[in-house]
Amino acid sequence: MRTAHELTVENDGIPDTLTLTRGVMRAEVVREICVHLEPYQTGEKPITGETVIAKDLTIDSLAIMDMVMELEDRFDVSIPMSVIAEIHTVDQLADTIRDLSANPS
Amino acid sequence: MGLFDRHAGLLEAYRDVRTTGYDPFQIRMERVLSPTKAIINGRETLLVGTNNYFGLTFDPSCMEAAIEAIRAEGTGTTGSRIANGSYTEHVALEKEIAEFYGKKHCMVFTTGYQANLGIIATLAGQGDFLLIDADSHASIYDACKMTQAEVVRFKHNDPSSLEARLRRLGDKPGNRVVVLEGIYSMLGDSAPLREFVDVCKKYGAYVLIDEAHSLGALGEHGRGLCESTGVIDDCHFIVGTFSKTLGAIGGYCVSDDPDFDILRVTVRSYMFTASLPPSIVASVRQALRVVKAKPELRTQLWNNVATLYDGLKAQGFTLGPEHGPVVGVHLPDRMTAIGFWRAMLDAGIYVNVAVPPATPNGVSLLRCSLCAVHTKEQLDHMVEVMTGIGRQFGVLPNQPALRAAGAR
Repeated sequence: MRTAHELTVENDGIPDTLTLTRGVMRAEVVREICVHLEPYQTGEKPITGETVIAKDLTIDSLAIMDMVMELEDRFDVSIPMSVIAEIHTVDQLADTIRDLSANPS
Repeated sequence: MGLFDRHAGLLEAYRDVRTTGYDPFQIRMERVLSPTKAIINGRETLLVGTNNYFGLTFDPSCMEAAIEAIRAEGTGTTGSRIANGSYTEHVALEKEIAEFYGKKHCMVFTTGYQANLGIIATLAGQGDFLLIDADSHASIYDACKMTQAEVVRFKHNDPSSLEARLRRLGDKPGNRVVVLEGIYSMLGDSAPLREFVDVCKKYGAYVLIDEAHSLGALGEHGRGLCESTGVIDDCHFIVGTFSKTLGAIGGYCVSDDPDFDILRVTVRSYMFTASLPPSIVASVRQALRVVKAKPELRTQLWNNVATLYDGLKAQGFTLGPEHGPVVGVHLPDRMTAIGFWRAMLDAGIYVNVAVPPATPNGVSLLRCSLCAVHTKEQLDHMVEVMTGIGRQFGVLPNQPALRAAGAR
């Protein structure tokens, strides 16, 4: 039988997510990125956080920038081109969007 | 890694392109005969891909002006505008272009590319924001690599996409500079400029418009989209080129900003290159007079646009979204585009072929550009030839297109 203490521990993640009312859930960002990248997947290798977007997939640089534009509008952030140039992996892109979403200025 | 290894992908694509027999990026104009004819591969070829919208490259008055200038002032200036390369005629040309737009200031550059590169990279500096259309010309993208400003792209020809990006900047300090083009060079479509200007006004952004492909073609006096949409006064910077309608080479930027001339000692693509040779300055000044004196050239150009665009459309080709001096014909993929292009050349018609990554959204295009002095017969013939090739390539159905009731 679980104790009250254990239940509190189990729910420990909840307050964290509630404080993010300004921003977006990182998992949601990753999910959205994967939807955009799916058409460019090669072979059986799944798209993960470590996937290097320009290298592991068949997407070209222009299509990456167009995808970023869609993500910008979906999450209401703007990512400067110089920042995009420094992003290599799905994780980096997701973190950038989450951070901009939490702190827009 | 070897110096050229990073181009391996491009090399492979380029090899594919050359398997068709001709290399579209190394075509030789063996002899240019007129604005619409040249000898290519030993045969007389109709030119429908030269950006020569008014056909002024062979205008006798422009040619004479250039020849006279060479006799009077020599073949080149051998120096930059800030050293020994500013002649009375350069200054006169700047004054004439400023007057053409009703603006106070004008700077003339040695190419249109350098005008965009230098002006855009310099106007927006550290702490500023540069907002560019996603389909912008390479010169604009290159300016973005040079600028210290933060650069954000918005969706092509979409004022609401620009507005979202201006809104997100909130009350951050820094100038906002929005870069637009009058007519986009690949598909020939125009910007919804009035709507863009409204958004820019709402957010206090500067407007820079590149009228490279619209000079001469649009507006009652041929000033471009800024004139045809009635917003010249709201365009803070207008950039253009001498290498299309005006039939030579060079670029310019006009503005009413009282401090504009400081750019003459800050824009490096203006300061550190030789100025235009006297012959070019003379032919461009004359070409501008012709543009003003012969509005019928604009009418002829648009008649020709209608002949080609409507003719191809009626046969079932997929084209750019609207009539424009550039008519982009969509083809399903790169190799079809290259094969189609080559078949046209074999049939004696030259157009441009545009394939990824030089095109928006990865499309493959035949890029046709019209000239005021094309004849209707030439263009009707071109539609026939393209229709035949289109059927051969399976791009068009084998049966002639049924004309919708009421279609011309």
